[in-house]
Amino acid sequence: MRLLRAYTWLVVAWLTLPIVVMIAFGFNDTPGRYNQTWDGFTLKWYGRVFALDDLTRALWISLGIALASMLLAGALGTGIGYALGRFRFRGSGVVNLLMFATMSSPELVMGASLLTLFVSAGVGLGPVTITIAHVMFSISFVAVVVRARVLTLDRSLEEAAADLGASPWTTFWRVTFPLILPAVGSGMLLAFALSIDDFVVTNFTAGTTTTFPLWIWGATRIGLPPQVNVMGTLIFLVGVLIAVVGSVRARRQ
Amino acid sequence: MRRRLTPYLLVLPGGLWLLLFFVVPMVTMLSLSLQEGDIVSGYVFTGHWQTYADVLVNYRVQLVRSLVYGAIATVVLIVAAFPVAYWIAFHGGRRKASYLFLLLLPFFVSFVLRTISWRYVLTDEGILLGPLKDAGLLPDDFHILGTPTAVILGLVYNFLPFMVLPIYVALERIDPRVVEAARDLYAGPVVAFRKVVLPLALPGVFAGVLMTFVPASSDYVNSAVLGSSSTAMIGQVIQSQYLTSSNYPAASALSFTLMAVLLIGVFAYARALGTEDVMKVAAR
Repeated sequence: MRLLRAYTWLVVAWLTLPIVVMIAFGFNDTPGRYNQTWDGFTLKWYGRVFALDDLTRALWISLGIALASMLLAGALGTGIGYALGRFRFRGSGVVNLLMFATMSSPELVMGASLLTLFVSAGVGLGPVTITIAHVMFSISFVAVVVRARVLTLDRSLEEAAADLGASPWTTFWRVTFPLILPAVGSGMLLAFALSIDDFVVTNFTAGTTTTFPLWIWGATRIGLPPQVNVMGTLIFLVGVLIAVVGSVRARRQ
Repeated sequence: MRRRLTPYLLVLPGGLWLLLFFVVPMVTMLSLSLQEGDIVSGYVFTGHWQTYADVLVNYRVQLVRSLVYGAIATVVLIVAAFPVAYWIAFHGGRRKASYLFLLLLPFFVSFVLRTISWRYVLTDEGILLGPLKDAGLLPDDFHILGTPTAVILGLVYNFLPFMVLPIYVALERIDPRVVEAARDLYAGPVVAFRKVVLPLALPGVFAGVLMTFVPASSDYVNSAVLGSSSTAMIGQVIQSQYLTSSNYPAASALSFTLMAVLLIGVFAYARALGTEDVMKVAAR
């Protein structure tokens, strides 16, 4: 058992090693763009985090797309998840199959096929096509999370509301919706995370638009500036903070 | 009447979105792969199956290589992930969730960025190989970047959580009393593991394989960042055919071939294990 325990910690260390490297090199006092060797500790990159205009713009574009796709996928996915969790209806099997297909298809093929659609239809590539693509692959994840919550819902609460004279509409918004809201929230966070991190599908649907991952990809050959490490570190910290706060709050309930 | 329409109205917007931007593009891609022409003068549908034969001849090496790398990565993932999932499920105690969270930490760093971070770690005079070479443990000309090992290591790194989690879920559900019963009936620890724990964990392993093999063999970020031209995978070919050469029919034929091969693989796998189990796993 001690061997297994040591092995598990070794795997954790292995998984976190690149993260540690990324964070460390954000504090590296490197003279040029080749941020690969350690030249001493500095905080100056945190002061100059927004010094590279095109990188900053890429980050804002990524955040904008992630926000838009979170809201759209949140709304559309919640509709599907609620319908699948609550109602039995003809065609629900097709919807399930479609969701399974989008979740298990290679990203590469989804990106490539969207590109062929946009090219055939003569649609110009840009932030809009990226958002369309991100919403497409996020819907199913939101729907799955919401459906799981709806299935475990205690229906007697809704019946009680109905018995007390609430209309179906009122019952939904005053009783059901607050109960599924945490699931909608985590589904939307998931959609945000999927969107801001996406590289493969974005690469196919971006045209000349540059998102944060695409900018990093383009800069790899000439060397990544420390600002990328700083932004990566900040995104990492915010993500971890949200996850920790979320799980602590969930445990308290 | 209104009640019966409700589920359809709820499903409609999202369903249309998936239809328009998932199903229709796939059909468009299939159709484009059978067309001839070029990007300037346009494409005409000619039912040109020859494109498929051509790309299969030209890019067979990369296609086979991708499947082989994907398969090796998947096997390594099972072996690497099982002990971790086992230890957390049976010995994680009250801190199981915290351990799982630690395993998920890489997901809070952008996929491209963490793969590039690996390159820093593995670079010839970097923090890993540098000290080992200085200590004389490795020859000076030893390198790992650009080799298949580096690419497979990257794949294993990026998909490890997708293998640990399903195995963990399967193991977590095992009632410890079942294992105790086996021990009471004079099964040794090895026999108890092989006859009780392993069969109950298999659905988790199957789910893990489904979740890792397809993305690993169609990945092109790891081979582009950590590999070299001799490790080029099919994803890189498809990407450059689309975005650099704008050879849409060939690129579409290649993507469709990849998708077909992976789908056939997944379905054959599902058949071999019984569709029931796989659908159950998929439904989760």
